[in-house]
Amino acid sequence: MTTTPDTGATDQSPSLWLSFWAILRSNPLFRYLLRRLGLAVLALVGVIGVAFFLTSVLPGNPAVVRAGPLANEERIERYEREMGLDRPLVVQFADYVVHLAQGDLGESWSSRQPAQDELRARIPATVELGIVAFGLTLAISLPLGILAAVYQGTIIDWVIRLFATFGASVALFWLALIGIHLFYYEWDIAPPPLDRLTIGTEEPPSVTGLFTIDSLLAGDIKTCRDALNHLWLPAMTLALVVSAPMTKMIRSAMLETLDKDFIRTARAVGLPPRTIILVDALRSAFIPVLTTSGIVFGYLVAGNVIVERVFSWAGVGQYVWQALDANNLNAVRGFILLIAVVYIVLNLVIDLLYSLLDPRIRLN
Amino acid sequence: MDMTEPLLALENLSVTITDNRGQSKPILQGVSFEIYPNEVMGLVGESGSGKSMTALAIMGLLPRRAKPQSGHIWFNGHDLLTLSKREWYAVRGSQLAMIFQNPRAALNPLMRVGQQVARVVRLHQSLKKRAAYEKALDLLQQVGIPDSQTRARAYPHQLSGGMAQRVLIAMMLACQPRLLIADEPTTGLDVTIQAQIFELIKTIQAEFGTTLLLITHDLGVVSEVCQRVAVMQDGKIQEVATVGELFAHPQHPYTQHLMNTLLRVDRPTNSRA
Repeated sequence: MTTTPDTGATDQSPSLWLSFWAILRSNPLFRYLLRRLGLAVLALVGVIGVAFFLTSVLPGNPAVVRAGPLANEERIERYEREMGLDRPLVVQFADYVVHLAQGDLGESWSSRQPAQDELRARIPATVELGIVAFGLTLAISLPLGILAAVYQGTIIDWVIRLFATFGASVALFWLALIGIHLFYYEWDIAPPPLDRLTIGTEEPPSVTGLFTIDSLLAGDIKTCRDALNHLWLPAMTLALVVSAPMTKMIRSAMLETLDKDFIRTARAVGLPPRTIILVDALRSAFIPVLTTSGIVFGYLVAGNVIVERVFSWAGVGQYVWQALDANNLNAVRGFILLIAVVYIVLNLVIDLLYSLLDPRIRLN
Repeated sequence: MDMTEPLLALENLSVTITDNRGQSKPILQGVSFEIYPNEVMGLVGESGSGKSMTALAIMGLLPRRAKPQSGHIWFNGHDLLTLSKREWYAVRGSQLAMIFQNPRAALNPLMRVGQQVARVVRLHQSLKKRAAYEKALDLLQQVGIPDSQTRARAYPHQLSGGMAQRVLIAMMLACQPRLLIADEPTTGLDVTIQAQIFELIKTIQAEFGTTLLLITHDLGVVSEVCQRVAVMQDGKIQEVATVGELFAHPQHPYTQHLMNTLLRVDRPTNSRA
């Protein structure tokens, strides 16, 4: 008779779970998130596969790189066995996926450290540079895009479009070198392009990993100024190039919006131009701009690799450059995976923001 | 009526539009007519005849490619064509206002309609935010929006076309303009809703003494609402007459043609038999 309450309990708990599940499933936001999550997993699986096989066919043999220029055949073969490169590619891939599932990106062949640890250590530097560069990008492209649209066809529009064309066609590494030449070598306004702090300066105690913020948290104004000093030129270089497509997108979105009927209404009732442009038009124009932010992120990542390289900025961009150079495939794959995850999360956030900004989507 | 000064007088207004290839062609040619205080003036003609362009020229809202070439638009003793951008913003809304066809698109899709009315109230009546919103609710009620408190919180896409047009009319009431231009205010609305909107416009016109320029292609509406009417074709005014005269003795062949099409639809059996 003691079994009766037991079976009752086991009967009840799954049905409780089921009803909880049913409530969740009836929530459209939850269903949406669930579907997006499923798609994200699929995308990740694809990225992992493509990243693995694409990097595997890169020219060069990692074992040769590790063995060094004076190594003989025998030694290279030993390294190949040690690194598992002698096995069939499919077996290597299966091994890689099994380790990945345990959060292990594999060994960084250059340093023999876990690749995920090295990547993690370099993320804050890239985030700091990226945030400042993106902030500068907005500060440049928002006013320029709006101005170009409002003064469409005038000399202002013409100059801004010239700037955008220049930004889109200039080679980033060249711009970075010119920046260094002028601001460091000629005018001595910027520090030498060697990492995030002046050599010999102690890193602030790590809280966020962002030197500017950590140094402020530690009350160390001097280090904060030094960090900013090192930050502005690479960030500005990156921002100039990313601003080009961004300005164009904002301009065309603004042009389209300014042509809408509701803008005409706003003008017909005498609302001041500032309100019309900054409240009515900009908010509407922001929606198409937001959808294309994924493209902007792409520009930021690609630009970041070059800028970090030129400025010896110890972020993930510089890391992947060195890894590629050294045939350090696990590190490269880790980088690709990292970017893919950020990209997927970013797109999800954008879609959620999108529905916050546009009531027509929110209520559907 | 002839003794009073006209509120608005178009004098020989010509406007040209430039296309993508840089070729310009006239869209308004020597347009002249007057609107007197408190009257309802109709402007009729088929689509593309220049009715809307005339209205946009009066409002100073011509598209970028359209430029006035010659003539004057006299309003209140000023030529509107000579106003600076800054001066325009003192005139639009408070002196001249306009409602458009396709009312749902004419409202900001990202803003609750109550807020949209309220900010116009605030602009023209210097009220505090709270008071302006209260006033906006009043106006929404006045234009016949039931349960205005709730409707004020709706976004334009949640309203029917008729409701959206009422919201726009409430906005115009907030402006209290001396001249209101209504450009095909009922196009695309149900027939019963059309009648309601015209009824509303007539009531408001009578109550506030707003002068109204009604643009339409519907002569039936003209005969019901307007006192005088200008007939437009190919960017030119063909005839200006009181409604009575126009229907009794249409002077211009084009007007007669318009009348015929109207009669034929009205009484097909009579005229054919």
